[in-house]
Amino acid sequence: MKFLFDSDTWQEIYGSIRKNKGRTIITIIGVLWGIFLLVVLLGAARGMENGFNKLFGSFATNSVFVWTQSTDTPFKGFQKGRRFELTFNDIDVLKREYTDEIKLLAPRNQTNNLLIKDFKSGSFRVSGDYPVLDQIQKKNLMYGRFLNENDILSKAKVCVISEDIYKQLFDKDEKPIGQYIKINSINYKVIGVYKPSNSINFDGDCAYIPFTTFQKVYNTANKVDWMMITANEGVDIKQMEKDILLTLKILHRVHPEDKRAFGSVNLGVEIGKVTGFLTGMQFLTWFIGIATLIAGVFAIGNILLITVKERTKEIGIRRAIGATPKEIKQQIILESVFLTTIAGMLGIIFGGLVLFLIDHFLGQGPDATFVNPTVNIPIIMIAFATLVFLGTLIGLIPAHMATVVRPIEALREE
Amino acid sequence: MIQIKNLHKSYPIGKDSLHVLKGIDLHIKEGEFVSIMGSSGSGKSTLLNIVGLLDGHDEGDYYLNGQLIENLDEKKAAILRNKFLGFVFQSFNLISYKTALENVALPLYYKGMNRKERLKIAMEYLDKVELKDWANHLPSELSGGQKQRVAIARALVTNPKVVLADEPTGALDSTTSDSVMDLLKGINNEGMTVFVITHEEEIAEQTDRIVRLKDGVIISDEVTLKKAKAV
Repeated sequence: MKFLFDSDTWQEIYGSIRKNKGRTIITIIGVLWGIFLLVVLLGAARGMENGFNKLFGSFATNSVFVWTQSTDTPFKGFQKGRRFELTFNDIDVLKREYTDEIKLLAPRNQTNNLLIKDFKSGSFRVSGDYPVLDQIQKKNLMYGRFLNENDILSKAKVCVISEDIYKQLFDKDEKPIGQYIKINSINYKVIGVYKPSNSINFDGDCAYIPFTTFQKVYNTANKVDWMMITANEGVDIKQMEKDILLTLKILHRVHPEDKRAFGSVNLGVEIGKVTGFLTGMQFLTWFIGIATLIAGVFAIGNILLITVKERTKEIGIRRAIGATPKEIKQQIILESVFLTTIAGMLGIIFGGLVLFLIDHFLGQGPDATFVNPTVNIPIIMIAFATLVFLGTLIGLIPAHMATVVRPIEALREE
Repeated sequence: MIQIKNLHKSYPIGKDSLHVLKGIDLHIKEGEFVSIMGSSGSGKSTLLNIVGLLDGHDEGDYYLNGQLIENLDEKKAAILRNKFLGFVFQSFNLISYKTALENVALPLYYKGMNRKERLKIAMEYLDKVELKDWANHLPSELSGGQKQRVAIARALVTNPKVVLADEPTGALDSTTSDSVMDLLKGINNEGMTVFVITHEEEIAEQTDRIVRLKDGVIISDEVTLKKAKAV
């Protein structure tokens, strides 16, 4: 290893690299391109993943939604096509039976209504909700607050409206909080204005009122339109969905194999599909990046091989004046490693620069496709080490070629 | 210094083999100035390559500086070349991207000498071939005669036992040829064994001993008039 720290070794390498500027540059570009692509692809993939995560961010991703439809199988004396409704009884049972699995459960009732404020009006969805909704689907409040337990208990006539409702019903710069709007001829006090998240949004522009108020006003009694359920950490959400549906089927005397009676969406599974796509993309990224890298290293090997042929005579001279095969090999391998190292570093720098530009131009604002596109330093270090290792390995081939030729044959080359 | 007994060498050409050296016996003592004469194809280059450890032989014995040369791997050969032999080639064989000084210093690099020391020694030898002022010029900036003098300085820089010159004047005009030969004579006068291969009669005549080779055998081995007179 001593030769590594010998200034003469480096002087020799510097000499031969400087002499062959063209090939040095081409070689460097080969590897530079490889590692550059790896860095940029990995960074972009990460940015995209972050973008998706941000999209799901305001929503509990391990959620199941359940509602009722109509049965498709006759059961226990009931005809098929029977309609039925979820009730609070179901919710009590579920909460009792699945204490370990269920983290949050939000029963919801919804309808569409005309909202009126003075002379302005608009048709929007009205949703009876519990405060727990805010935990499942985080509400980004611009003014005021979301519903709370007091509103539920007192069946308060209050509402939380979306930014668009506010814009449609209120004058510009008018303070919404404390004002009243009319829904179905009843006055509701506005207690909050929220900005609908530009990620997943099931409610659209919606006025939230307390669930209990909704029950009273629309006379829905015990009925529940649908519910959102989130699972605790580590729960198999697919299994939980199955179990809950089976329990509900038993409660409502629905055939266990009935496919239509209950509608459900498992957000965990849906998101899993997207994440699966992301994983696939990441695999592809790695594959392309590494393949490009290897191609780059082979380019180096190839160019070195050509160089060795070009330099057969020089190598012959060196050997005639006393260079041992080992010294020749060392020099060629070191040249290869040196070139790959320089090229690798430049590739990482340029890749980083491009990621910076991506972040700067595509990664800002709420609608960004790429969010914080970065590459893990350990990953880059490993890629870099691999590169240098491959550089050494590939340098062995021309090095071997250089020494296999008898010096006399090398010198005969004109 | 060089002792060769019944040396044979053949090269494979396709399925056949070409028998180039057919039993050479040659003894060169220390301090001799010997030329090998022969037309092309006589085997003189092959002989030089074997003597210079650039090529192996098939049969016979070769002693260099009293050491029997056999089963040499490339590493040992390289070390022996560096230690005992200095080469001068017809086509100079300087490394084109190194200056005259660096070219001369290169054998010392492979000897493991540090840079400062080897540049100092290389400069001494460049001075000896009167090219001190050209030390920092690239070979492309030198004339043929100058290049060959650089090559001779490079051959001498390790202070070898034998200088092997393969057609040292082959690429030079007669005036420069003479100056190169004078240089070789000078080296020989200082006690160096010099071994020249040539096909030019005038060059051979300037040496002390002429060995004539034809079709792979020595046909004559005589001391030249010059040497005879001197004795």
